[in-house]
Amino acid sequence: MSDQRQSKVWENVPSPFCGIASDDLEIEVCGEQIRVLSHGDAVTVPGFELPVTDRLPRVGGGETTLEAACTRAAELLRASRCPVFSGFGTDVNDTRAALSLIGRCGGIFDQMRAEGALRNLLVLADSGWISTTLGEVKNRVDLLVVFGTDIEAQFPRFFERFVWNAETLFGHDPGRREIIFIGQAPSGQASHAPDGHPPRVLACDKAHLPDVAAVLCALLHDVKLQVSSVGGIAVSDLKQVVDRLRDARYSVLTWAAGQLDFPSAELTIQNLCEAVVRLNRSTRSAVLPLGGQDGDRTASQVCTWQTGYPTRVSFARGFPEYDPFLFGAARLLNSGEADLLVWVSSLSALPPPVTSVPTVVIARSGAVLEREPEVFIPVGVPGIDHLGHLYRCDNVVAMPLRKLRESGLPSAHCVLQRIESLLGSD
Amino acid sequence: MLTKLIGGKVVDPAHGIDGEIRDLYVRDGRIVAAPGDVKPDRIYDLRGKVVMAGAIDMHTHIGGGKVTIARTLLPEDHRADPAPRHGLMRGGCGHAAPSTLTTGYRYAEMGYTAGFEPAVLPINARQAHMEMADVPLMDVGGYVMLGSDDFFLRLLSSGAEQKLINDYVAWTIHASQCIGVKVVNPGGISAFKFNQRQLDLDERHTYYGVTPRQILQSLARAVHELGVPHPLHVHGCNLGVPGNVDTTLNTIAGIEGLPMHLTHIQFHSYGMEGDRKFSSGAAQIAEAINSNRNITADVGQILFGQTVTASGDSMQQHANAGHANPNKWVCMDIECDAGCGVVPFRYRDKNFVNALQWCIGLEIFLLVDDPWRIFLTTDHPNGAPFTSYPHLIRLLMDRSFRNEMLARISPDAAAVSHLGALEREYSLYEIAIMTRAGAARLLGLSDRGHLGPGAAADITVYSEQDDKERMFAAPDYVFKDGELVVEKGEIVKIVWGNVHTVKPEFDRGIEKHLRPYFDRYLTMNLDNFVIRDWEIEGDGRSNLLVHPCRQGASA
Repeated sequence: MSDQRQSKVWENVPSPFCGIASDDLEIEVCGEQIRVLSHGDAVTVPGFELPVTDRLPRVGGGETTLEAACTRAAELLRASRCPVFSGFGTDVNDTRAALSLIGRCGGIFDQMRAEGALRNLLVLADSGWISTTLGEVKNRVDLLVVFGTDIEAQFPRFFERFVWNAETLFGHDPGRREIIFIGQAPSGQASHAPDGHPPRVLACDKAHLPDVAAVLCALLHDVKLQVSSVGGIAVSDLKQVVDRLRDARYSVLTWAAGQLDFPSAELTIQNLCEAVVRLNRSTRSAVLPLGGQDGDRTASQVCTWQTGYPTRVSFARGFPEYDPFLFGAARLLNSGEADLLVWVSSLSALPPPVTSVPTVVIARSGAVLEREPEVFIPVGVPGIDHLGHLYRCDNVVAMPLRKLRESGLPSAHCVLQRIESLLGSD
Repeated sequence: MLTKLIGGKVVDPAHGIDGEIRDLYVRDGRIVAAPGDVKPDRIYDLRGKVVMAGAIDMHTHIGGGKVTIARTLLPEDHRADPAPRHGLMRGGCGHAAPSTLTTGYRYAEMGYTAGFEPAVLPINARQAHMEMADVPLMDVGGYVMLGSDDFFLRLLSSGAEQKLINDYVAWTIHASQCIGVKVVNPGGISAFKFNQRQLDLDERHTYYGVTPRQILQSLARAVHELGVPHPLHVHGCNLGVPGNVDTTLNTIAGIEGLPMHLTHIQFHSYGMEGDRKFSSGAAQIAEAINSNRNITADVGQILFGQTVTASGDSMQQHANAGHANPNKWVCMDIECDAGCGVVPFRYRDKNFVNALQWCIGLEIFLLVDDPWRIFLTTDHPNGAPFTSYPHLIRLLMDRSFRNEMLARISPDAAAVSHLGALEREYSLYEIAIMTRAGAARLLGLSDRGHLGPGAAADITVYSEQDDKERMFAAPDYVFKDGELVVEKGEIVKIVWGNVHTVKPEFDRGIEKHLRPYFDRYLTMNLDNFVIRDWEIEGDGRSNLLVHPCRQGASA
């Protein structure tokens, strides 16, 4: 434990909690207490400042040693015919250790945010896309079209960091950037230009977003339409958007798939991607699928390079199998196919779903559980208690995460490795 | 522990040894001289077997963002080649874009002990290293990609002195923990972001006003003056474009004698003759390589079947996306640094263009005289997955087999190719040069690719067979740093490889330019960009190895 009386201030700290991985945070550490001194926001401040609560693992609600808790987790895994592993607000090393254990016990890997991520992944594996990264947005974008997404609710600093930056590499004035929201209006004023100019909003209900995306895509393909309005938006207004997209030097179409929570949303995303591919026949345009909060993209990346598949992977037959429907944790738990839930979440304090099957929770200390699990092992947080690595939403940039304090909490990867070693060899 | 390998037929071109019967000794992971009377702890009887150093793949896409995009793009390809958990091996998937774990197992099973990722984007280098760290049984390293990054183009277009460019190149090699420098479609990836669709060797980038020729000269000079052993690794302009043989010949001439490695040169050796305006430029390319001793090349052979092309060349991949099979593809602009394009391909033997591509690659192999300056690659997975190397080796070593295959391809392609008339058959010695001694020399790996005392004990032992495809597919023994890791086709031990790097000297003053540039324009802090040693060595699996740069190379 570090000296409680002395505080230390860290600069340029990367945040593992926001999907845009802001790395300019100033953080004060006093003993175990953390304060975000500058550049914090509604996502990063609670992420960093959540106090350490539990220190000791519990089995059946009673405090015990780490070894006893790992032993009990191994017993449960040995007895399980279909263990499902979910959560995965984790960094690279935690995910590596989890995948090794899941492979060892023939389990299933799913992520708490997979439902949203799959809306993108299904499009990627079906038709692909032309995408971009935050650094290109910051320096190049002249027209940003936001589709069905309230960006600042989940990525509070997106506009500040990548749209209303002071200057760009190529001499464009970021203040003149054009922003168009389609669907819901933004919840705050982050998207207002520095001169106070608000974005254009073509409002429609979420239920109409699929139709609006289809019309947008059709217009870009020069299809003649019979209708004059869609979801309350005049087609002539959408034609104007298309004209602006065609005139733009580098337009970016963005969304957060987690917010497009309606049936078959992947088809809507596919329309957006096809529209962008079409635009690139004559000018430049790209999509930017936002997401990646709490290490979501990280776990998916590691799973992809180690198994070939991004999420919802079963090892039950000895080799990785991918099925975005069959291997969803919620379905497996509700149908009674899964007989054990192992929740691994070293970054996020989101609790596991309440389920009737025995549950092992390996989660950051401070997580509040709705029901006492059979095994609970509090762990430290990559980026606070341990070194680590985390992917940003654009899947390209991996941030190194710092160790800011000595909490004495074990890392999730050490816990998972210990459980695997207790299972012995095959 | 002392291990003795008795009576093998040793093929070790670095020492001019061509099939002599010799004993080898291994101690503490190294090959040692005969230790006199000391009794070995372990003896392997290798009589009747061929012994080579572990093979080195000097250009293989095994880690980094575009490889994982390729993986995400192709679940159906993985499903066709599941790799079950077996023995010491964890489950994974194979074929075109295998999982990292399966990549390591399958390379080791073929006797490869090192592979180098040729397209490490500086901003994505961390991912490349994290993926390569999960490739077991192999040493790895990367070539960092420059030439479409804004900072370099800005320096070049502002007329910055070469020394400043050298400092930036060296700083980037350090920051990305790489062993060489690659340039992909020089300036073209950046030009595509400004909506240019082609950038020929002497065409100006619309924003920076510089040409690919200037970019190549500046980077090749930087690499040379920094004393980095591996010459600038060049993926030239106009990849895949009919008529690009002229571009490639001009590229060779334009480098003005500086060392340069032309990668997957098969894709850059196309003429425009004949009814279909697509012909082989192999003879001209081979002639140019033979007469320019500053030039090395790897072939990037295509082989028939399904694969996926994963390249930093977003401009050409976008241009070729119409050929995607299956019809899906990804292009990406990346951080004012680079880009990538991932396009699945199915090379068909009855397709005229594909069949002629196959001939062109083999013609280049057979027409280049010096096996020390040509390297065996398929540009995995772009020409074919690396698992096809044994087949490719047989095509090179066995003329009657090659002509059997030639009889099966598009007759029109076969008719316009000289391949059937080429009599050359590669010897075991020449194969060992291309896949071991030459590759190690090209990269500056003084203790790899040979079997002399002091070398790392990366050793592959084959049973000599007439069918060279079978011989090279399944060695009897593979040793990695002295540990027996493969025995009779089975992985018997898992070890983790080393990460090979160079650390050229440079003036740290360059950070005075870079730090404010990062703060003003990029999306991460410079200190978070630099890959620290703990990130690679911290979990105890990989070791960083630093190879010396040539002393006094600076101009």
